[in-house]
Amino acid sequence: MGATAHVHAAGHEHEAHHHEESFVSKYIFSHDHKMISKQFLVTAIVMAWVAVIMSLLFRLQLAWPGESFAFSSFFLGEKWAPGGVLDPNMYLALVTIHGTIMVFFVLTGGLSGTFANLLIPLQLGARDMASGFINMLSYWFFFLSSVVMLASLFVEGGPASAGWTVYPPLSALPQAMPGSGAGMTLWLVSMTLFIASSLMGGLNYVATVLNLRTKGMKMTRMPLTMWAIFLTAVIGILSFPVLLSAALLLLLDRSLGTSFYLSDIYIAGEALDNTGGSPILFQHLFWFLGHPEVYIVILPAFGITSEIISTNARKPIFGYRAMIGSLIAIAFLSFIVWGHHMFVTGMNPFLGSVFVFTTLLIAIPSAVKVFNYITTLWRGNIVFTPAMLFSTGLVATFIAGGLTGIILADSALDINIHDTYFVIAHFHIVMGMSAIFGMFAGIYHWFPKMYGKMMNTKLGYAHFWITFVCAFGVFFPMHFIGLAGAPRRYYSYSEFPMFDGVVDLNILVTVFAIIGALAQVIFTYNFFYSVWRGPKAVQNPWKSNTLEWTTPVEHLHGNWPGPLPVVYRWPYDYSKPGKAEDWVSQITPLEHGEEEH
Amino acid sequence: MSKLLILIVVVLGILAVAQLARVYELTSRLRGKREEDISAGDNRFNARMMWLFLPLYFGFFLWLVMAYGDKMLPVAASEHGAETDWLLDFNWWILIIVFVITNILLFWFAGKYVYSKDRRAFWQPHNNKLELAWTVAPAAVLAVIIIYGLNTWASITSPASPDAIQVELYARQFDWTARYPGADGGLGATDFRLINGTNPLGIVTRESVAGRLAELDKEIATTDSMLAHAILADTKTDELTEQVERMRRNKQRIINLRTLMENDIAEKGVASPYLHGADDVVIKEFHLPVRQEVKLLIRSQDVIHSAYIPHMRAQMNAVPGMTTTIKMVPTITTDSMRLITKNDVFDYILLCNKICGASHYNMQMPLVVTDAATHDAWYAEAMKKPFQAPAEAPAPPVSTPADSTAVPVDSTTVAQVQQSH
Repeated sequence: MGATAHVHAAGHEHEAHHHEESFVSKYIFSHDHKMISKQFLVTAIVMAWVAVIMSLLFRLQLAWPGESFAFSSFFLGEKWAPGGVLDPNMYLALVTIHGTIMVFFVLTGGLSGTFANLLIPLQLGARDMASGFINMLSYWFFFLSSVVMLASLFVEGGPASAGWTVYPPLSALPQAMPGSGAGMTLWLVSMTLFIASSLMGGLNYVATVLNLRTKGMKMTRMPLTMWAIFLTAVIGILSFPVLLSAALLLLLDRSLGTSFYLSDIYIAGEALDNTGGSPILFQHLFWFLGHPEVYIVILPAFGITSEIISTNARKPIFGYRAMIGSLIAIAFLSFIVWGHHMFVTGMNPFLGSVFVFTTLLIAIPSAVKVFNYITTLWRGNIVFTPAMLFSTGLVATFIAGGLTGIILADSALDINIHDTYFVIAHFHIVMGMSAIFGMFAGIYHWFPKMYGKMMNTKLGYAHFWITFVCAFGVFFPMHFIGLAGAPRRYYSYSEFPMFDGVVDLNILVTVFAIIGALAQVIFTYNFFYSVWRGPKAVQNPWKSNTLEWTTPVEHLHGNWPGPLPVVYRWPYDYSKPGKAEDWVSQITPLEHGEEEH
Repeated sequence: MSKLLILIVVVLGILAVAQLARVYELTSRLRGKREEDISAGDNRFNARMMWLFLPLYFGFFLWLVMAYGDKMLPVAASEHGAETDWLLDFNWWILIIVFVITNILLFWFAGKYVYSKDRRAFWQPHNNKLELAWTVAPAAVLAVIIIYGLNTWASITSPASPDAIQVELYARQFDWTARYPGADGGLGATDFRLINGTNPLGIVTRESVAGRLAELDKEIATTDSMLAHAILADTKTDELTEQVERMRRNKQRIINLRTLMENDIAEKGVASPYLHGADDVVIKEFHLPVRQEVKLLIRSQDVIHSAYIPHMRAQMNAVPGMTTTIKMVPTITTDSMRLITKNDVFDYILLCNKICGASHYNMQMPLVVTDAATHDAWYAEAMKKPFQAPAEAPAPPVSTPADSTAVPVDSTTVAQVQQSH
């Protein structure tokens, strides 16, 4: 789906050129990083819409439980929404697949896949990725995995429904719920393909960053986007294989009768053979990826934001080295905090204490980043492009979401809010808002580079302000629903009088969610309209210092028509004293006696 | 229907916005303005919006606090709950101060330092003193948060005192069952293979083992005769063959369990947990006395569940294959809480807080907290209906285990049960 739309998109743009490549090698099995980046982006937009519609379906049920909606019948039919009322099993399936798609397909594949591919060669001065072929495979594995995930929506028992964390035994036993049948098998197959894609991409990113930087592009002259993407790739390479092993062991338990995660289970009138396994083992393996995963999601967004805030505040990013240091610290710490998802599994309390300590340490580099962003704005000269708005939005949402993380990391407090709506509020504000805002910012900022066209600024403003207000309207009240003790993944709260006081907040949330989703129509329209009909872009529309803006607007294989550029300075010489312009490209040599920064 | 109309209106509204933007774009293109040149007007608009957003944001937060602050959980009804509530408030105050200050700075700067042709941004690549300050300051604040947090955590998770009351909470799709010790004061051993209609928790006693073996023998015989005599589809035959094989394996394992049980009884005498099951009270009610420490033993039959009692600020997962525990001291009786909440039908609720299937959203059991005398009366009444009526049953013959490897597996169950004593 994504690829088709994409082929048309790119087709118009490149009509004027006569490359020797065939249609297939240029638009479908392309080795060119810029084309692969666009393929990732369009696939992610399609997947994001699937997940947004899912969220509307379950938000309707949560706001008006048991009511009939034509919207639900239209998408789910009589089987999963009899009489327009969402089925409880389908409710669980929707929250599961919504989470899976958003976390993996949009914010991992979509975000890293798009911007790592687009920016690594362009910002480092390379002709292409280290291996164009593996890069192409990475996209097509991603595409296949998306297809398998979407296909799982159409099997008999419905798609996987055990939550995006797919904890066994619920996910291991088809007797436990209908979604744990063929739908779950397809989920595991899809994730296996996804992990393969992610690893191929990640290895390529790391190899390229380490080996293919142009002359003068020292590690300490790399834009922060590069640092963020590089560290993201390293985290992915080290953690995704663990998820793969978790998924494979689960497949074995499901299909070959092993007992890695199963023990002492009596279900559907039968005592199962399995003994000696532990469901908690799966949780350790899952969260060993699962927690670094949230940094895989947020670090590229940080990188993009650093770049955009500095460019549009016309001011060097404050504390470049501290920003790199905090990225490295976050990347390292992300590996030793996974247990904070498991405080109430009965783990050894001392182990819990260790995870409290390491988790709260992450707040320090995170705080440094926020303070540095704010200081970058201070006495800047801020140009409000849509990208800049979304970057500012990222900082605001990261403050809100980061602070509640401190409460959740405190094991004694987590006992009472674990798995409540408070958690939903927290991680949607950091992932559903901050990381998505980073992605939007990146799209608005680099759209001229990707398509050679400009997106409409006014529509960008409308998109930002509606989304920004609605996102808070959706996720802020959830803190209160959670503090009232309301658990997540409940089909309805009407069985519990104790939640009567807060259920009307669910209506407010759903109304904001609907308006917020409609604002994404503005974005999608703006995106695709501009791909074909947008005004033509100039080479460096934002007066930016980095190398990607020294390439011609028309894409060439190899990026620069002549020799590769040589880098003389760091990327943040904005408003440098003694310069005529308020920007100095990285390829401008230092003047005699000029200090680098 | 009205909702559909609202939807249509909103969609049309969005289309109108898009068309307006398009008209604007065309006119500005006629005037020779490029898309990437952000006009002074646009910059000013967004800067003003930043300033406008800040009070709206804080206002929304305040409105939520005012309108819903009293709809949050009432005062904690357990000793440790009072501590964690204090800790939560303490954390909130720190976080709200940080939240307000950082947001004011962020939105204030964003609105104030809007682009002007006549101005240049301040050249300030770094400032080591500032950066050091805001590395050390969060570290210091977090140190305080960590110390308070870990202290509370340590006291909550320390072992229960030996005289705490023991109650088992048993989860399955989609209900809860409680088990109280009988007159002997101890909970009996359990094994999931003994679960049947009359023994929902799989309590191990000589009678339940013998009963389950007899039941299995009967089922095996029925299935065998069906395989031998009935005309069946191939798939059905395969299914039944597999079923009967599983029953045989199960039977063998129960025989192993019986050996283990007899050895344990021979070794420990009356202290053996296998002798404590018969008088256990298995009940769909959950009662606790106020101001007495209780140790909850939490188990699951099928998938992971989570025992969550929001008013007690208590939560622990129920994991198949292991026993998890929490301790707590309820401090407010149900009746007192009804007065506090001015709600005469108020009940403490035990609910499931880990996704467990279609009816996850309605897996609950009320908890009744009463004064000690009322509780004792309830308990005495409950003990009149033990799991097995006391009767002298003949000891079944001890057989040698055919499969010695099965023994260590079963011994883990015993070890868990013993640990919990």
